[in-house]
Amino acid sequence: MNPAALPLLDQALLVLAAMALFTAFALLAQTRLTAAIHTFAWQGALVAAVAALTGRASGDAHLYVSALITLALKVALIPWMLHRLVRRLALERQADPLEHPALTLLAGAGIVVFSDWVAEPVAHFDASATRNVIAISLAIVLLGMLMMVVRRQAVAQVLGFMAMENGLFLAAVASTHGMPLVVELGVAFDVLVAMVLFGVFFLQIKNSIDSLDIDRLSQLAEPVEDDDVRGDAP
Amino acid sequence: MIALLLTVFTPLAGMLLLGALRSARVAGWLNLALCALSLAGALWLAADVLAHGAVAGASFRVDALSVYLVVLTALVGLTTAIFSRPYMRYVHEERRVTRGGLRLYHSMYQGFLFTMLLALTTDNLGILWVAVEGATLATVLLVSLYRTPAAIEAAWKYFILCGVGIAQALFGTVTLYFAAQHALADPAANGLSWSALYAVAPQLEPRVMSVAFVFLLVGYGTKVGLVPLHSWLPDAHSEGPTPMSAVLSGLLLNVALYAVVRMKMLTDAALAGSATPDLAGHLLMGFGLVSFLVAAISLQRRRDIKRLFSYSSIEHMGLMTFGFGVGGPLATFAALLHMLVHALTKSAIFITVGHATHISRTQRIDRIRGLIRTQPAVGWGLLIGVAAIAGFPPFGIFTSEFLLLSATMHAWPWLTIPLMIGLVVAFAGLFRSVQPMVFGAAPPGQYPVRANMLPVIMQLALVLLLGIALPGLLAHWLDQATQLITGRHLL
Repeated sequence: MNPAALPLLDQALLVLAAMALFTAFALLAQTRLTAAIHTFAWQGALVAAVAALTGRASGDAHLYVSALITLALKVALIPWMLHRLVRRLALERQADPLEHPALTLLAGAGIVVFSDWVAEPVAHFDASATRNVIAISLAIVLLGMLMMVVRRQAVAQVLGFMAMENGLFLAAVASTHGMPLVVELGVAFDVLVAMVLFGVFFLQIKNSIDSLDIDRLSQLAEPVEDDDVRGDAP
Repeated sequence: MIALLLTVFTPLAGMLLLGALRSARVAGWLNLALCALSLAGALWLAADVLAHGAVAGASFRVDALSVYLVVLTALVGLTTAIFSRPYMRYVHEERRVTRGGLRLYHSMYQGFLFTMLLALTTDNLGILWVAVEGATLATVLLVSLYRTPAAIEAAWKYFILCGVGIAQALFGTVTLYFAAQHALADPAANGLSWSALYAVAPQLEPRVMSVAFVFLLVGYGTKVGLVPLHSWLPDAHSEGPTPMSAVLSGLLLNVALYAVVRMKMLTDAALAGSATPDLAGHLLMGFGLVSFLVAAISLQRRRDIKRLFSYSSIEHMGLMTFGFGVGGPLATFAALLHMLVHALTKSAIFITVGHATHISRTQRIDRIRGLIRTQPAVGWGLLIGVAAIAGFPPFGIFTSEFLLLSATMHAWPWLTIPLMIGLVVAFAGLFRSVQPMVFGAAPPGQYPVRANMLPVIMQLALVLLLGIALPGLLAHWLDQATQLITGRHLL
């Protein structure tokens, strides 16, 4: 595929999607929480721009609605809620360095190659930009997953979770011009409720172990000797 | 139509109502009444479907396969509500949960039932996804209800792992929608409708469908509790309140498996003419068998009684997944029957376990002793329940496992060997733990508690009945579902 031969709109889509992929890598490597939240907001903005641009190209009015929902949810509301939580829990200055940064980024690159391979059957239908955007969105989903695996900090894990949602939205927009509106509203509702629950959890975790380091939550992994204090037994 | 609305939207109304209600006493009874109302609707709906075939509309569809799970869901919801009313009051009196926590519990209990029933009755695969994710959101705060560090850890793990898993399912759904775009005339209107997709399934692009199925299987498989994404399940079951364990094991796992089966039907139809027509079945067989064997081994030497039985749930879900994977009328019939008897038995066991932990005031297996001396009803309930779940004749699980084994013997003779070994290993693990709990010497100062064994007796009697003589009506019903899945009748 020669990118220069594509229509201008498709080229713009590709550039925006590639930038979203870049932010996924930035999220993966970013150790400061506040900066990571900003990066996440940028990713949301890029994805919303892809949706609006696709809406312009195809004339689907409901894509504008999806773009607006994304803008409100992923660029404004969720980053704002996360900021507030981070401030409330006094985590602004906390850094959460990766244990093996080079290895993690290499794994990320491997994920991109893998996604390209998985998206290959799509080329059967569409030789144009769609296939690449699907590969990119799958890569964003899997990078979000990788982020949840390698990061210790609860807030960083939530960012990974939300980045996965961004990737899914990008996939829906690029491959099918968005899901039916009722489904998209349902998904947005689920994401919002999930965010509220995450907030509740942060406070619970903070209260119970006085830290948001998930590694400290490892009681169940080991054989526990004093089972009586936990669980359903009064 | 009215029956459907009654079944599905009673719990939704209940969720809002119980969220606003202050009195904990009334909430327990109201919870019970709402479940009974929903069950009445479900039975009515079932009668409708049985008489006139599938009920279908704009975005819902209830056929033989879903209606039997709808009735099962409403029934287990009701029996668990009967158990949970006094149990949660006792937990409240022990000051392990606040008044607000109790309100949250009742409200989310109904919310959970709503998402389950919505998932079963919708025709839209997108709404199915939203409902299954909604079930996680409804139950996650209940897992951490006791606010102990272990409970919070379990809830976090449940949330994150199921969130990651279910995201894969959404990607699969998007891919499916992409395939639909090229097969349907008007994809924007009904591109995610299961029945519309099933009608044109042979035109769906096979390679895209294979990719979609893998993602859907991993996603919904996480919620089924398939290895290797099962580790949330024992934690969530052991740390949450016991009624939650009963409905998670009895209902949520079934509904997730139901989603997988629906996707398998689509994929099978789409791949029929391709080079790998049995891809979906083989994947299910592989995941199912591995889950079954890993769980059977994990059943050995458990310390926590609720973890013990949650591994048993993984084992049985693996067996069902394997059965659906083998395909063919006999194996499918066996798997459907197994879903039914497992849900009934396992929720009965968790209810009994709730009473047992109440008697001995611990969840540790080595401290629960002499149940049959202290309170014969609970001791016998646990013993009979475990006999049923381990596959003893004449209980229903024996029948379904026997049918499944003979189907496997027919299609894949060599695979009966690991299945048999797994069943024996699981049996040994269960009985080694349960025997001393029931028959051991009771520690001094252990007294009987107020226990309502009615739901347990009813469910175990039902399982016994299904084992001795499968009623003609029910057999016909399951046969219709089998016909829907495999295209052939068994009977």
